[in-house]
This record gives sequence, structure tokens and C-alpha cells, in this order.
Amino acid sequence: MCTYSTERIEVRRSSGKGPEGWFPLRTATVYYDHPVHAPDDHTVNIDFLAPDRGPGARVAVELSLESARELLAALQTTVERAQHH
Amino acid sequence: MAYDAVLAETVGIRGHGDDLIEAYTARPMAPGPRGGVIVIHHMPGYDKETKEMVRRFAVLGYDAICVNLYSREAPGAAPDDAAAAARARGGVPDERFVGDAKGAARWLRGLPTSNGRVGTIGYCSGGRQAFLSGVEVDVQAAVDCYGAFVVGTPPEGFPLQVAPLADRVPELRAPLLGLFGQDDAHPSPADVDELEKLLRDNGKTYEFHRYEGAGHAFFAVNRTAYRPEAANDGWERIEAFFGRYL
Repeated sequence: MCTYSTERIEVRRSSGKGPEGWFPLRTATVYYDHPVHAPDDHTVNIDFLAPDRGPGARVAVELSLESARELLAALQTTVERAQHH
Repeated sequence: MAYDAVLAETVGIRGHGDDLIEAYTARPMAPGPRGGVIVIHHMPGYDKETKEMVRRFAVLGYDAICVNLYSREAPGAAPDDAAAAARARGGVPDERFVGDAKGAARWLRGLPTSNGRVGTIGYCSGGRQAFLSGVEVDVQAAVDCYGAFVVGTPPEGFPLQVAPLADRVPELRAPLLGLFGQDDAHPSPADVDELEKLLRDNGKTYEFHRYEGAGHAFFAVNRTAYRPEAANDGWERIEAFFGRYL
């Protein structure tokens, strides 16, 4: 399915590294849809973008559902741990 | 041997708001007259697989064109980057799509080979847009390949600009061919049944085919969703449908 299912967040004080080096990130879209490259019908996709720098300013991942769940848990753990630093 | 040369190229055409937008066209080199086909790409973009479909329609004997619906967000960008940029901005507004489709139809009819008849075909999000073009654009045939949200309502808080079109069914002015996978969730078999009922109740000319063992994107040869049996039968239905109306 083209699920259209999309979440979008503003990203602040964060950076990503694309083909032309590091750049400040502005937004991230998270969606479950067809991947371009990963070998599944649907994947959890994340695009970190800086629209002010053009469409090529993009860090993209396509994660299998299982890997996305593991990433979610790892983020949760890391963010909780960071609060105690 | 029959003469079967085809020309494929990227061109600039005038779309919504008279904007100059990118499009990919493939046309038989044999003299006309013949019909034209507008291919509407899926949400992942104006990619090489969609361009292959454009060439296939030229081989079938039609002047074919696919507009890059993300021309404005990402001129010259890689298709996946363009799709990501368009998605982040909420997708393609319907009004702009309609303007671009009208521009494509105008471009096809301006060819010296045109017989004045134009059809549209769209996949995934393009399936919904193919239906919309059958309402808003002067086309003689429309093919909806598993388009979601022709009927049904997107969830609350949905960030993309996609509204259901069920209330536009009475305005549909082109015969509609619908090709759907029974394992698809968007559109679900119930959505397809609902759309068929609306078409029937409104006295529209339509033809629906539902494929067992196929889900969404069963025409996509580069994806695991590809189902050759459904896709082969679907292509035959498309050829017959366009043969009848174009």
C-alpha cells in the first residue's frame, strides 16, 4: 500500500551527514511505506531533511519493522539514560 | 518486419499555473492518428520503473507521457529525494495535480499524431489521481490501479493533503477500469466494494478486477509485491480497455 501514513517533526540543534558532508537538520518525516532499496514490501522510513538546502540534503533510512522496533527501544533507553547525566 | 521505432525523452510542458514542469514521454515513430496516455507515478516518485511503463505504452501504440509531479519541490533531484521532499511538504495538492494533468492532456492533443483521445492510468497514490482526472480532466478513459482513499477517510491528524473522492463519483465522466489486490489494506476489499457500489448506483461505466493472492503494487516488477499472474492479466485488461476507448 501507499499508506500515506506519515509523521513529521521539527528537528532543532541537530545535524546529519549526507553525501556532501554535515548539515543542520530541520525536519524529520517518519512513515511506513514502500522502500526504495530495502528488500521488503514496506519499511519504516525516516528522512532527516534540510529543505532550505534542497532535496539532496537528506539522510534517509529504510528499516524493517523488527529493526525499527529495536531502534525505538534503543532510543528510549538512551534518552532515559541521558536524563541522568 | 513491422516498423516499431519508439522515441523516449524528457520534455518541459506547461502545467498548473502555466508552470514549466518536467515530463517523460515515449511515442511511436510510426504515423498516427492514435490516442494518448497519461501515466501517473506512485508516491515514491517519478522513477525509472514508471518510465519503463511510459515506454511500454508507446510500444503498445500510444503517445505516452508522465509528468514529474514533484517538479516544483525538487527540480532535477534524484527521484527518491524528490519524493521525500514532497512528502515532507504534505504531498501534491489535488488542484495542482489537476492542472498538471490538464497540461499533459493538452500536450498530447497538440501532437500531430493525436486522434484527440486521451486516457490516464495511475498506480498507488496515482490510482486516486487517475480517478480524479476522470472527474476533472477531459479524458476518455481512466485506470485506477489500487488507489487508496478514493473512498474511505484518512485518519485524524493526517499530515498529507489527501481527501476522499466518494462525493465526486456522480461527476465522473470517463469509463473507469479498476485493478485491485484482494490482500491490499489501502484500498481494502471493502473500500473497493464501496466504490463499485457508488459507480453502479450512479450509472457509471466501469470495469473492476480483483486479484486473489495479490496485495498492493502487484504491477511493480522491482518489488517483492510483484505478482506476475495478476500483473499479466492486468496488462491485458489495460490494453483491451484503452483499445476500446482510445
